Amino acid sequence: MPRPVYKKKPSKNVFPRLMHMLFEFYPKLVPVTIICIIFSSIASSIPDMYIQKVIKIIVEAFENGWNWSKAREQIIPMMMFLIVLYLISTVAITVYSQLMAIITQGFLNKMRQAMFKKMQNLPVKYFDTHKHGDIMSYYTNDIDALRQLISQGLPTVLRAGTVVIAVFFIMMYYSFWLTLLTVVGVIAMMVVSRSMGGGSAKYFLRQQKSLGDAEGYIQEIMNGQKVVKVFNHEKACQEEFDEINEQLCHDSYRANAYANTLGPIVMNIGNILYVLIAVIGGLLVLNHVKNYSFSGAVLDVSIVVAFLNMTKQFTGNVNQVAQQINAVVMALAGAERIFSMMDEEPETDEGYVKLVNAEISADGKIKETKKHTGQWAWKHPHKADGTVTYTPLQGDVQMFNVDFAYEEGKTVLHDVSVYAKPGQKIAFVGATGAGKTTITNLINRFYDIADGKIRYDGININKIKKSDLRRSLGLVLQETNLFTGTVMDNIRYGKLDATDEECIAAAKLAGADDFITRLPDGYETELTGNGANLSQGQRQLIAIARAAVADPPVMILDEATSSIDTRTEAIVSAGMDKLMRGRTVFVIAHRLSTVRNADLIMVLDHGRVIEKGSHNELIAQRGHYYQLYTGAFELE
Amino acid sequence: MHVLKRLLACIREYKLPTVLTLVFILIEAVIETALPFITANLVTEIQMQSPINDILRTGIILTILAISSMMCGGTAGFTASKAATGLSKNLRHDMFEKVQTYSFENIDKFSSSSLVTRMTTDITNLQMSFMMIIRMGLRSPLMFIFSTVMAFYMGGKLAMAFVIVIPVLLIGLLLIGKNALPAFRRVFKKYDKLNESIEENVRAMRVVKGFSREEYEKKKFGTAAEDIRQDFTKAEQIIAMNTPLMQICMYFDMVFILYVGSRMAIIDHSVDIGQISAMITYGVQILMSLMFFSMIYVMVTMSAESAKRIYEVLEEEPTLENPEQALEMISDGSVDFENVSFKYSAQAKKFALADINLHIASGQTIGIIGGTGSSKSTLVQLIPRLYDVTEGSIKIGGVDVRNYDLEVLRNAVAMVLQKNVLFSGTIKENLKWGNPEATDEEIQEACKLAQADEFIQTFPDGYDTHIEQGGTNVSGGQKQRLCIARALLKKPKILIMDDSTSAVDTKTDALIRQGFKEFIPETTKIIIAQRISSVQDADQIIVLDNGTVSAVGTHARLLRTNQIYREVYEQQTNGGDE
Repeated sequence: MPRPVYKKKPSKNVFPRLMHMLFEFYPKLVPVTIICIIFSSIASSIPDMYIQKVIKIIVEAFENGWNWSKAREQIIPMMMFLIVLYLISTVAITVYSQLMAIITQGFLNKMRQAMFKKMQNLPVKYFDTHKHGDIMSYYTNDIDALRQLISQGLPTVLRAGTVVIAVFFIMMYYSFWLTLLTVVGVIAMMVVSRSMGGGSAKYFLRQQKSLGDAEGYIQEIMNGQKVVKVFNHEKACQEEFDEINEQLCHDSYRANAYANTLGPIVMNIGNILYVLIAVIGGLLVLNHVKNYSFSGAVLDVSIVVAFLNMTKQFTGNVNQVAQQINAVVMALAGAERIFSMMDEEPETDEGYVKLVNAEISADGKIKETKKHTGQWAWKHPHKADGTVTYTPLQGDVQMFNVDFAYEEGKTVLHDVSVYAKPGQKIAFVGATGAGKTTITNLINRFYDIADGKIRYDGININKIKKSDLRRSLGLVLQETNLFTGTVMDNIRYGKLDATDEECIAAAKLAGADDFITRLPDGYETELTGNGANLSQGQRQLIAIARAAVADPPVMILDEATSSIDTRTEAIVSAGMDKLMRGRTVFVIAHRLSTVRNADLIMVLDHGRVIEKGSHNELIAQRGHYYQLYTGAFELE
Repeated sequence: MHVLKRLLACIREYKLPTVLTLVFILIEAVIETALPFITANLVTEIQMQSPINDILRTGIILTILAISSMMCGGTAGFTASKAATGLSKNLRHDMFEKVQTYSFENIDKFSSSSLVTRMTTDITNLQMSFMMIIRMGLRSPLMFIFSTVMAFYMGGKLAMAFVIVIPVLLIGLLLIGKNALPAFRRVFKKYDKLNESIEENVRAMRVVKGFSREEYEKKKFGTAAEDIRQDFTKAEQIIAMNTPLMQICMYFDMVFILYVGSRMAIIDHSVDIGQISAMITYGVQILMSLMFFSMIYVMVTMSAESAKRIYEVLEEEPTLENPEQALEMISDGSVDFENVSFKYSAQAKKFALADINLHIASGQTIGIIGGTGSSKSTLVQLIPRLYDVTEGSIKIGGVDVRNYDLEVLRNAVAMVLQKNVLFSGTIKENLKWGNPEATDEEIQEACKLAQADEFIQTFPDGYDTHIEQGGTNVSGGQKQRLCIARALLKKPKILIMDDSTSAVDTKTDALIRQGFKEFIPETTKIIIAQRISSVQDADQIIVLDNGTVSAVGTHARLLRTNQIYREVYEQQTNGGDE
């Protein structure tokens, strides 16, 4: 899978937007979680004060020769308070850790759903201009990074931040001197982790790149492994791979080494700080140095001991935040990529003419009905006078003087006109890039025309609701895409409420029934990985059956039989002809034998129609088509 | 266990960093446990108002220990990274090398996309786990043991706190782990499926839109995603129980040590303040090490799946072996099939090819015609031993192909595959696959023969034109002709073209065949085609039907005698007049 390039700095508004969504999705749970986290963090800092108090009592008892019952009077209430605090804190921790699980997964789910919904609404152009691997990585790498951020990054930062602030104030309560020492130590930690973190990020990016290179190479060779074998090219490939592998190992070593080292170093700066606090604190106590603090307490052993624990807490939490930095940066970069997809312009649809079930009476009157009649009509409301007219669905497609460009300035269709009457078979012939597929892209409005008009049953296709327009057009593409599921499921995709009998009838029509029944589980055979267990020709047959079951008035066959041998193709085309009697068919084919019996053959060259007519007419013309047919020209 | 042993064998030259990591981690753990002990002394010294020099001495010892711990930890970080990335490099190398020895059968078994995942994602998972194991796997139990020993040594009765807490925590962690693992496994399987279905949607977007199935897909996805949300939440909720469990144990320890400690200190002075504060530190260390251990356990178990998948690739036996005392000379390009039967797997009920007998003389041109699924490709793939026959034998130059050295055999038999691939690189680089030592003249000669020279010359960069991955920037017909040229550069004794000119126009196709006749008359040419015109002038045409030879003969004879051949011919020549 190709990996996206990680931009260094995510833009500023990604984080607020993420937070906004989080609060919007869970307006109650998120604040509850935050309160629980803050409460439990503060609760975990308070015991340090009690350690100090207990130790102070022990020291006093020691000095004043108190017995246990006297000391106990003071200790028991403290213990009771601690126990109550701990119990509440445990409840808070349980609540927030459970809520975090719910929020994280709920948020990711909503995010995924929103992304998928958005993706379904994006125009075909988006998929033609973005690498599929990149789109996929939004759902995998980037969502995983978000999961890391929400379930670990954010709570850790919030918790550690609260502890650091709380501990800081408790420290100030006891002694400014020792607090100052701790702060200096922590600053040292932050400087080290920042410089190391920067180095790690640099190598991390390099690692991502060489990982991408290695993956790309592996992918290429694994896909071409049979060719490698046929050419005895194994050794050469191995050498090439070893080089890439070595580079990856090198970069990955660097990146991981930095990340691995950060932890122990920061932790041990914490240890050194711990020792310093003990020694300097001890010296201060021994020399009776004047203590400054909020409490005004005299610096004694009990405070030093309490400080030792607070230092641990302080540095431990700073360390935790440092460990999260990489993850946070990655997650924000991921979120930015996700947002960029979510902010794409969706496919617009201003169409208001709808396809409805119709009852057509003997006198030609059309009545809209809810039930399935097998007859359809276009429901055309007229804004001007508020009336509604019905036009029967027939499959009459006309293009007038259409110009089109995928990119501005690079016109691929010039002044193309096509008139297809119901019952006709129209064929497009021409070299790759001549614009054959583009014409079909325009009829079903995968792309919108720049200039000219396209009418379907006399209605401007821009006025027809896109989903209804496409429902009335059966589409079979050269690149066959099947879905995970049974063969039957795949055929039923064309008409979701089709019965098994209808699906089998469609398969028979498409000439697919024969091979399907010979599959181990027949129609119930599970297809995986785009039907990897079938041959290309068999996949095409299923795709044709899928379109046939929808029983559309217009069918577009774009190189739909290119991988089917001519004998089977003859069977398919006989079936199709039966199905499409009285309907309109557009055929794009490379094999001229496929288009020979079309009513009208349009020869395209560089986006222009250069010849049109029936097979016999075009042969008689002795023009371009004739040369193609006799093999004088190559189509590619 | 085999899996572990086999994978660890790949550490090879990275044994030293692995061992060093363990040693440094060991030292670090020892120091880490000694620190609270010595700090306790320091605290006591301060409390007892010991001489400044004593306090400073203890302080310096502590600082030195902390710095040593930092050095050990830091170095271990580097060596661990070296060892883990080294291991994954070796594993990747071994897997790649192994795959190079695979036969077609092995490749079919795994599928290329699965091989890619195994060599990327799975290896990355394993690398992370391995690093975790050598850094934490030893450290956590060591820290646990050391801390416990120290706690009992120093704290005496106070250590009772741990006697109560450790079993509780241990049982709790075990229970959580036991429930979380299967839950996560289930989730990850579903998660993979969900991502597959997204990928399917991205790829098939035209189909989805063409059938107006956006809402249907959204609903389908919504259900699957919601299902995952529920399972994932459950799994995470189980694992989330770790935190409160850990905290309550820690809290219990704290209260116990403070209360019992102060009681002991006051009643009989059996502990001092230093010991109490050290016990609190050890308490944290013991619990944390247990926690880490359970985390490692979960991570390692989860990567076990990856380990297994890597192991499968490494242990897969290539189904084709180079013969011992292999023949290195092939006398001529004659091919004989003697009672050949073939099926793709031993379990398959049906033979893909049954009882094939053919004799092809050296230098002949052979055409093969047959419908989808008639096993045309299978038949020719047996010749260069891409698969081995199930029954019978195939002879080249009168010798069974299984007696030849594989490399010699495949150099002599050039095969242009149906699903052909060009690799990213220049045209010249791609062509040199046929012969790495080929001169520019030889390359051009081969291209002329394959009718590719003409269009290559029209590219601005000519033979140095860069080919994109998968050859997407040349047309289908151009790609096919480049693939033919690449095969020709091998100067083979037998040339097999499996539907290799389907996108080439009939005229060019004819020119290619004409060239073959003139310039490589010695080479046996076997041509599979859909178009009758591609094979009609062959010396023999083989008509395959459903895995058996329906007929062999010349065009003229087959037209008279073979119904299948006649049908195909009529379909292709006068279909327009029906």
